[in-house]
Amino acid sequence: MENPRNSELFGQKIGLAEMLKGGVIMDVTDATQAKVAEEAGAVAVMALERIPSQIRADGGIARMSSPGMIREIQNEVSIPVMAKVRIGHFAEAQILEALGVDFIDESEVLTPADEKNHVYKHDFKVPFVCGCRNLGEALRRIGEGAAMMRTKGEAGSGDIVEAVRHMREVTEGIRRLTQLREDELMAEAKNLGAPFELVREVAQLGKLPVPNFAAGGIATPADAALMMQLGAETVFVGSGIFASNDPAPRAKAVVEAVTYYDDPKKVLEVSMELGEAMKGRAVNEMGEDEKMAGRGW
Amino acid sequence: MKPPVGILTLQGDYEKHRQAFEALGVETFGVRRAEELEQVSGLVLPGGESTTLTRLVDRAGMREPLRRFASELPVMGTCAGLIMMARSLVDEDREDYGVEPLGLLDCDVRRNGYGRQIDSFTAALEIGGWGGGKVPFPAVFIRAPRITRIGPDVEIVAEHQGEPVAIRQGRILGLTFHPELTRDVRFHRAFLDWVHGN
Repeated sequence: MENPRNSELFGQKIGLAEMLKGGVIMDVTDATQAKVAEEAGAVAVMALERIPSQIRADGGIARMSSPGMIREIQNEVSIPVMAKVRIGHFAEAQILEALGVDFIDESEVLTPADEKNHVYKHDFKVPFVCGCRNLGEALRRIGEGAAMMRTKGEAGSGDIVEAVRHMREVTEGIRRLTQLREDELMAEAKNLGAPFELVREVAQLGKLPVPNFAAGGIATPADAALMMQLGAETVFVGSGIFASNDPAPRAKAVVEAVTYYDDPKKVLEVSMELGEAMKGRAVNEMGEDEKMAGRGW
Repeated sequence: MKPPVGILTLQGDYEKHRQAFEALGVETFGVRRAEELEQVSGLVLPGGESTTLTRLVDRAGMREPLRRFASELPVMGTCAGLIMMARSLVDEDREDYGVEPLGLLDCDVRRNGYGRQIDSFTAALEIGGWGGGKVPFPAVFIRAPRITRIGPDVEIVAEHQGEPVAIRQGRILGLTFHPELTRDVRFHRAFLDWVHGN
């Protein structure tokens, strides 16, 4: 059987992920916010009914957003529009594909639909992004057909600690693979719980075979610059912008902090005179049942 | 020593362009500030999001410096890069385009001209002898723009279904697709010839 990752279709999926590099993808809940995000310079928007911090506060079941609301956002902006499906909910994904969203996020921010299986993403023409906490999880999702990975972080917390942990876990896992001998890779694949062929590929490449972005807890330009310097190729900002007290300037500042992430003077300049960042909640004060990162495997 | 080829690294798939030039044994230099244009002898505007890229160009005060640069030295734009180079944007649904293109190449384009990501595609293009060799070029179109008008001084380099998808005006090259996403470096090689004055 031919490897679907060598297909023209998968090349087109990764191609879109490549176009989003060096940018900021922003969570938006309506067409007005989408316009603010586009004007600030976002490379894409994630359309969802409630930002993660609201989902956290409201409780209840978080599902795919209403297609009508996503359609309004698609009509408002020219940049790519992404939307989330519950883990394993391939019927929600079929609806989003029919709606023509540009990227689907199979996301732990929503209430999982399947505690055992994720969506088989090679079945879709639309590319998928998935969250991960470490290299093994990243390679399992890529094995299923994800065309972009992101750290899970802890969505809606405003606390960067988990995104840092997950990004470092992934890069450390990759660094380790590059140092192993060929005859040690199968044992490591077993440890990671990851497909052997992908383990070999990463050992040779020294990086993931798909773009690697950061998400979950990014609230300031400094947070964005930190994640970029840790190896993220783009950042997702969920609650960090529209849960702050003055979203538009903050959105613009985060965009420039990503472009000039390695230039502290520039990051300083864009950080001046921003309003208050989102209040947030420290992850280490949350109960295990409140954390979203543990959803999916 | 020849000054390196510049790649606009404000946003987008600039790393893929760097790899294409690296495969040709050529060093590149990332350009994110107006003064950095003085250090390069040709410039690539990569794929990415044209609205984001154009806004960042304006915020960095690079609009006029880029126009001056393009009047003297070779520039290649792929997808979003071509959109940035156009005279104007054509879009039936929208009054407010949000961004003004730079007007480096006498053409009009329609963004997302084929539709959304599910309409992205790959096609084999006849490109004559460009960059050497006669086999068709494997062109990857990602949410690609369509060229709706070209000026009298613009030459068509390649077509897809009877429409221009690669055009040039002097040493300004605009492609609606992404040669940097394939291993075929013919367009990069042809561009290098311009940069090196051949």
